[in-house]
Amino acid sequence: MSAPDSAIRQTLANANLQLAIYSNTGRLKNHRSKAVAPDRFPEYQDLRTRAAAIKRHTLAFLDVYLLQLEHAVNDNGGKVIWASTGEEAADFIIQLAKDREANLIVKSKSMTTEEIHLNDRLAQHELETVETDLGEYILQLAGQRPFHILAPAIHMTRHDVAKVFNEKLGIEHDTVIENQAMTARRVLREKFLNAGIGITGANFLLADSGGVVIVENEGNARLTLSAPKIHVTVAGLEKLIPRARDLPVFLDLLGRSATGQPLTSYTSIVSGPRRNGELDGPEEFYVILLDAGRTKLLADPEMRESLQCIRCGACLNACPVYRKIGGHNYPWVYSGPIGKVITPQFQGVEKDPWLPFASSLCGACAEVCPVKIDIPSLLLKLRKEIVQANPEDRRYFRIWAWLMQRPGMYALAAKIGRALMGFNIGPLAAWRSERDLPAAPPKSFRDLWKQRKK
Amino acid sequence: MPRRAAIFVTCIVDQLFPNAGMAMVDVLERLGFEVEFRDAQTCCAQPAFNSGYQKEARAVARHFIDTFADAETIVVPSGSCTAMITHHYTDLFARDGQALERIRALTPKVFEFSQFLLGLPNLDALAARFPHKVTYHDSCHALRELGLKDAPRRLLGQVKDLELIEMEAAEECCGFGGTFSVKFAQISGAMARTKVDSILETGATHVVSLDSSCLMQLRGSLSRGGHKIETLHLAEVLASRG
Amino acid sequence: MDSREAILERVRNALGRKLGQKPLPPPEPLLRVRYETADAKLTLFRAQLNGTLTVVPDAAAAGNAVEKLLDGQSAVASDHPFLQACGIPNIPGVTANPEDLRNTCATAGVGITSAYCLLAETGTIVLRACPQEPRLLSLLPPVHIAVVPLDRLLTNLDEMLSMTPRPVDSDSSAMVLITGPSRTGDIEQILVRGVHGPGAVHVVIVLGKTPPL
Repeated sequence: MSAPDSAIRQTLANANLQLAIYSNTGRLKNHRSKAVAPDRFPEYQDLRTRAAAIKRHTLAFLDVYLLQLEHAVNDNGGKVIWASTGEEAADFIIQLAKDREANLIVKSKSMTTEEIHLNDRLAQHELETVETDLGEYILQLAGQRPFHILAPAIHMTRHDVAKVFNEKLGIEHDTVIENQAMTARRVLREKFLNAGIGITGANFLLADSGGVVIVENEGNARLTLSAPKIHVTVAGLEKLIPRARDLPVFLDLLGRSATGQPLTSYTSIVSGPRRNGELDGPEEFYVILLDAGRTKLLADPEMRESLQCIRCGACLNACPVYRKIGGHNYPWVYSGPIGKVITPQFQGVEKDPWLPFASSLCGACAEVCPVKIDIPSLLLKLRKEIVQANPEDRRYFRIWAWLMQRPGMYALAAKIGRALMGFNIGPLAAWRSERDLPAAPPKSFRDLWKQRKK
Repeated sequence: MPRRAAIFVTCIVDQLFPNAGMAMVDVLERLGFEVEFRDAQTCCAQPAFNSGYQKEARAVARHFIDTFADAETIVVPSGSCTAMITHHYTDLFARDGQALERIRALTPKVFEFSQFLLGLPNLDALAARFPHKVTYHDSCHALRELGLKDAPRRLLGQVKDLELIEMEAAEECCGFGGTFSVKFAQISGAMARTKVDSILETGATHVVSLDSSCLMQLRGSLSRGGHKIETLHLAEVLASRG
Repeated sequence: MDSREAILERVRNALGRKLGQKPLPPPEPLLRVRYETADAKLTLFRAQLNGTLTVVPDAAAAGNAVEKLLDGQSAVASDHPFLQACGIPNIPGVTANPEDLRNTCATAGVGITSAYCLLAETGTIVLRACPQEPRLLSLLPPVHIAVVPLDRLLTNLDEMLSMTPRPVDSDSSAMVLITGPSRTGDIEQILVRGVHGPGAVHVVIVLGKTPPL
């Protein structure tokens, strides 16, 4: 499978889209920089080290923490559902919805549910599932995929939104953003209050207290997990951290890395249905622990660190490649640098073998990752694996290696190469398609050195 | 008795940007070093390593190690090649105990050019002069793997009549990335044009960097855009007498 | 084998661990608890709060302050003893502990709660679900007022967790940290407040003696 060249070309040629992607990721990048600057947040590097260590530890003893979580959730009156696959997770929800006659479901943003195509599966059973995160809601109406992990509709303008609302909700065309948001508030409020099930993801799962932690700015997650009678959390196995007391380290990193905020508007920690005497909150509480390939990543000690990801999006905002091609040109739901690393592991390296090569290895992602995932190093490991299976350039590198061990041959070959630089063949043509190539210097350094030393 | 410095010019400087290498020699000699050029040198093996061809990379890396093992000091006019040697050779030979020993003995002696200069006491002996508006491009490996942010800027600060103007996108990758530049030419080209926009905003007439690969990328994009801005290696600026 | 067993076995195999094998202890939690005076905390909270802060000398003054903030709007208040002590249910327009909680919250202009605690460093209101403080009260109405005694003003989350290591347990199903009004930048990155949660937040801190946590 080769790269989606023509789709990428279209994205690069779309000046409005280029501006939207570059300036919006730039803004988030700058907010993050300011928030973690040494004079403002001197503990930043220390927290990164701690967070990476906590995640590494949790993953190394994941079996223990999973059981601890289950125990705590049970103690709180909730139930843990173990799902080996996305289908199992969806099937559980479908069955639950049917048993409870809950035809309307509200959802807050969850990459994990997108990963398993939950909405599509639910739709097949005539269950109305409404996305309540504003950007996701707009995309759902428009029938599009999210563009960015945090700003899903980053590629849409107010005019696009007005059109969607007009066409899908029968609302008069209105391009005032505040009005658009209030329209969504009004429409979705009704859904929250009438839905039979609320589905969320989880930013963190607290093993000691059975807590599901969700951070957000809008309030739709709070409504999703508080208003309907049933709350279902869908979370990957890797979301666990040992204790509630570990939370400040992660929260301090998450908000700042994502948008530059020390804390988002709402951080919810919930576990179990409403307690005796509580006047609201769900009556049933489920945590679906999802494998769907995570145990495969867990088994590779070199690649395991990719599971440390806390989905902050900082790597997307820092990546010069993402900032050009945007989220839609990545083959899977997870885009950006972390997407490049986990997509081949979940889907097999042979599916999109170009993906780990679509990087200049600049290292900006590793620099900003709050849990110190060394993405460039993981990309190199994937590249090694891919060429082992499919060594299409091996003969070129064999010749290259042969020459490079023989300085005389190298010098001769290079001389010939320099003479051919004017031609437009192969990689030279590819280079020239985008920029000029300098004229070859008449003498190499070695030539000049010989002259100088005479 | 002058100190000796062996230079590893790197294949790209050797073949495409020899003036940068010569400028480095001038600078080192002016600072009192006897410069040694070992003829056996070729490449640090980064192209094969980055492409996943570890076996081929190891063969060429071994040649580098053999060539320079007994040198006292090795100076390199490239951040990415230096980082390949000092940061990635151990990955390449992770399972070869003997090679690892040799690498551990070698890498403390390998310096990127600006890294090397900053450790020297007599920099004002250079008496460099470069009366132009200059902007500096942080090459990725130099910046992130070698931690070189201030060092090259301090060196530029010592050059008479040089006006250094920072570009907004100084730390953003130029888009070269080795074979990435041709395998993903469209993306690479777009990344370069973003840098060019940022360069133009500064009003600088010259772009300086530690890596000739980056300079080749930027020069190619500047030239394609019809801009008359020059690109040069830090060594060329420091060797300049105005 | 059901999925539970299958997953646990896959996890153990992936990690090279045996059933029942003891783990190493986790790294010590980092709780950065800093001692600050009440004045320092108030100053910090005032600076960080994305909303208005009114500091009053006693419970009666609190009632007056809330009445002023309401400015004639209808409000729903929780059944919290501290709100009762401040006379909040007696303010005209305020319905305390309504029969039909949901509908009252959905139609009220303002929701009035107390709080589990406040966090000075981030301007955060911490609410913990309990029989007296339902969740929807601080969520459905477009304005949220929290009336809180001074001694509930803590420095930061680390301090709260060192006092309350289990934010949720047999006593409470939910804790929420509220830091500012509801907001979104999802359309063209333009900030809009009050999308789903309240668009405005007001805090009234009451000095003087108070009941224990």
